[in-house]
Amino acid sequence: MSILFYGSAIIAVLATLLVITRTNIVHALLYFIVSLLAIAVIFYTLGAPFAAALEIIVYAGAIMVMFLFVVMMLNLGQVTQDQEKAWLTPSVWIGPSIMAVPLLGAVIYAINLNQEQMAHTVVGGKEIGVALFGPYVLAVELASMLLLAGLVGAYHLARK
Amino acid sequence: MEMPTVTMQVIPMEHGLLLAAILFIMGMVGVLTRRNLVFILMSLEIMLNATGLAFIVASSHWGQVDGQIMFLMILSLAAAEVAVALGLVLQLFQKRKTLDINVLGEMKG
Amino acid sequence: MLDLLWLVPVIPFIGFLILTLTFGKLPQLAAGIVGAGSIGLSFVFAFLAGSSFLGAEISSYSQTLWTWMSVGDLEVGFTLYLDGVSLVMMYVITGIGFLIHVYATGYMSGDPSFARFFSYMNLFVSAMLILVLADNLALLFMGWEGVGLCSYLLIGFWYKDPNNGYCARKAFVMTRVGDAFMAIGLFTLFVSTGTLNIQEAMLEAEAQWVVGSGVATAVTLLLLGGAVGKSAQLPLQTWLPDAMAGPTPISALIHAATMVTAGVYLIARTHVLYLLAPEVQYLVGVIGAITLLMAGFTALTQSDIKKVLAFSTVSQIGYMFLALGVGAWSSAIFHLMTHAFFKALLFLTAGSIILAMHHEQDIFKMGGLRKDLRWSHALFLIGTLGLVAFPGFSGFFSKEEILASAMENHDGGYILYLAGLLGAVMTYLYSFRLYFLVFYGKKTHDGHEVMGLHLQGPLVLLAIGAVFAGFIHIPVEGVFPEMEEHHPSVMAQAAMILLPMLGGLLAWWVFVKGKVDTEKLAGQGFGAKLHRFWFTQWGMDWLYDKIIVTPYTWLAEVNKNDFIDSIYNGSARAVRFCHEVMSETQTGQLRWYAISIAYGLLLLVVLGVLL
Repeated sequence: MSILFYGSAIIAVLATLLVITRTNIVHALLYFIVSLLAIAVIFYTLGAPFAAALEIIVYAGAIMVMFLFVVMMLNLGQVTQDQEKAWLTPSVWIGPSIMAVPLLGAVIYAINLNQEQMAHTVVGGKEIGVALFGPYVLAVELASMLLLAGLVGAYHLARK
Repeated sequence: MEMPTVTMQVIPMEHGLLLAAILFIMGMVGVLTRRNLVFILMSLEIMLNATGLAFIVASSHWGQVDGQIMFLMILSLAAAEVAVALGLVLQLFQKRKTLDINVLGEMKG
Repeated sequence: MLDLLWLVPVIPFIGFLILTLTFGKLPQLAAGIVGAGSIGLSFVFAFLAGSSFLGAEISSYSQTLWTWMSVGDLEVGFTLYLDGVSLVMMYVITGIGFLIHVYATGYMSGDPSFARFFSYMNLFVSAMLILVLADNLALLFMGWEGVGLCSYLLIGFWYKDPNNGYCARKAFVMTRVGDAFMAIGLFTLFVSTGTLNIQEAMLEAEAQWVVGSGVATAVTLLLLGGAVGKSAQLPLQTWLPDAMAGPTPISALIHAATMVTAGVYLIARTHVLYLLAPEVQYLVGVIGAITLLMAGFTALTQSDIKKVLAFSTVSQIGYMFLALGVGAWSSAIFHLMTHAFFKALLFLTAGSIILAMHHEQDIFKMGGLRKDLRWSHALFLIGTLGLVAFPGFSGFFSKEEILASAMENHDGGYILYLAGLLGAVMTYLYSFRLYFLVFYGKKTHDGHEVMGLHLQGPLVLLAIGAVFAGFIHIPVEGVFPEMEEHHPSVMAQAAMILLPMLGGLLAWWVFVKGKVDTEKLAGQGFGAKLHRFWFTQWGMDWLYDKIIVTPYTWLAEVNKNDFIDSIYNGSARAVRFCHEVMSETQTGQLRWYAISIAYGLLLLVVLGVLL
């Protein structure tokens, strides 16, 4: 199991790295989907199969597809790719990297302050369902309202 | 039918959180570096995803379901946000014909 | 009647208040009545109080109004002190002051700031009366400062012309320098004798001080500093000729009859201290002698009628200082009184002449006005004869007394006497030069005499005084130490009387007969240099400019960005710098803001981890 975890972790990191460094939008999107799939596998290894399933269905399946549709509608062609290549000079990476490295170090340090082990149980769909209809029913309603707002907004904004 | 409770092998929580941190930081670097609006949105998604991962790791650690519920909420939030954002991107592109964020920003110093 | 003394300084002050608090809105007639009437009323009360005093045959009278300061050992009351000297001064100030005020209602008529003029004049008279009636040196100093202030206000009366403001400032600053010395002198005197009451201080000083000691010399020297400032003697005399920028009535009142004699009054009042410091007393005489000669030579070269009279005033006050220097205290006061009469007469008549010549003041533009200005001619002649001490006129008696005393008390040799004699010659010379240039010779411009009761009336009264004041015996026996009667030999007396007349003859020779070409004499070579030297007050203005004004302005210029200013400027600059730096962070670019958020996050995480 741990092999699966670490392997998927490495894949996810590499894929994400490639996402932010690609010049072609569609390539970047596809790499992101790869990353999402890897993370879904990680979810599974962590004992959250329902979350893994949701990750694939909703995130990779719906959200990324939406991205792709919009990119296709924008019809950004070769021009954009050249533009990106022009913008993505090595010097651009310096600033954020300078910020990223200490941040990473700090977070690692903070994480290592507590040495904890993870539990072993698998939390399946049944528990989630019980929680959703129990304590979190209000959250569900709110989320649905949020989605409604998103729906109406997207519909209105996308009209010509 | 009861799902068999499978005992997972022990994975230290630090590693999970570390992974989430790395992904989050990479997403942040992406936001700061890219100039195309769509890329920026995508990097935001990476960040959201990394946060969700952190929640799942935590819920797995405690063996409780709340983390996954949180992940569910984040997921629906991301969906709604992306929908609206992409609609805005479409409109913006039609009006200004460019997706360069340096040009699109209308704030004055 | 004596307890009406307090009304004498208070009534003019009430006049000042009335004229000020009506903000100059009073019509001219009312303002004139209030202004001149208050002095007249004050004169009436002065006369009543004075005659009671003389009738009661007491040596002095004090009236305390209230206690001004009572701090520790210092007890200063608002106390009025009447004795022979202050009686004479009081009469001069109120009497001649009243006549000058009446004249001024005629001279200043039509001026838009008529009421303001009289309010200042009333304040001046009030302050001067406080000065002469003061029982202690603190009150005297208050009157001293008050007259300095009014002098400034009145010299710069026509303030719209910046030159008048400059002259007023010059007068004020120079007398201020003297006042500073005087203040230090007062402090020293208080420390030494423990009181500021004049009579008590003199008794204490007599008891404690050794003749010629350091403290005596210091105090008298410092008081002398104040006196030379107010009385326009060397080295602080350059302000008086510039003070002629003010209206003529104030030149008469302040700079001829009253304020400039305040220095003489001060020294006469504190004469006991000067007797305890003989070198300083001699210095007083020397200053008087030098000043009277310098001013005499300068008066010879002037072309403005008022400036000639101004330098003449400086010269005559030099005579008073000379008298004080040789110990002839009562002669100095006597000369002060007679000088007040004829100098006021001369100034006011000059005012009439100026009015008649349509505000022309250059004597070289006048000439042959004997027939046109009959009244002015007669009055001016009387004044001139008084000034030169022609036998029989008032000035004669006072000046001869001074010269006789100078001859008798020749501790430092006859030099003071000779200076006085030479000064008398010069007085004849410049006075008759002035008289001949204005009234004789060829007529170049027409003059129309301005007639009026307020203009001619006071002048006639002053002329009577100028003639007969010599016969008044001033009641100062109780005040000054006994002086021996002077009986100079007949030869000496004849010399004193006849020698100066040579000056008059010389003036007649040059200016009426025209035997000497003055244009050529003053226009070329050595004569021109001498003329310029004497004209510019022996270069004193230039000297002061070089040694005091220029270094001071240089210092102020150099110290322009001084260290205290830099603290304030620096803090302002620092804030502005911070502002500029902060405003750089507002670029308006989205990515910049995103980056700053990211860095902020980094900072917070690091802090959270570390702490």
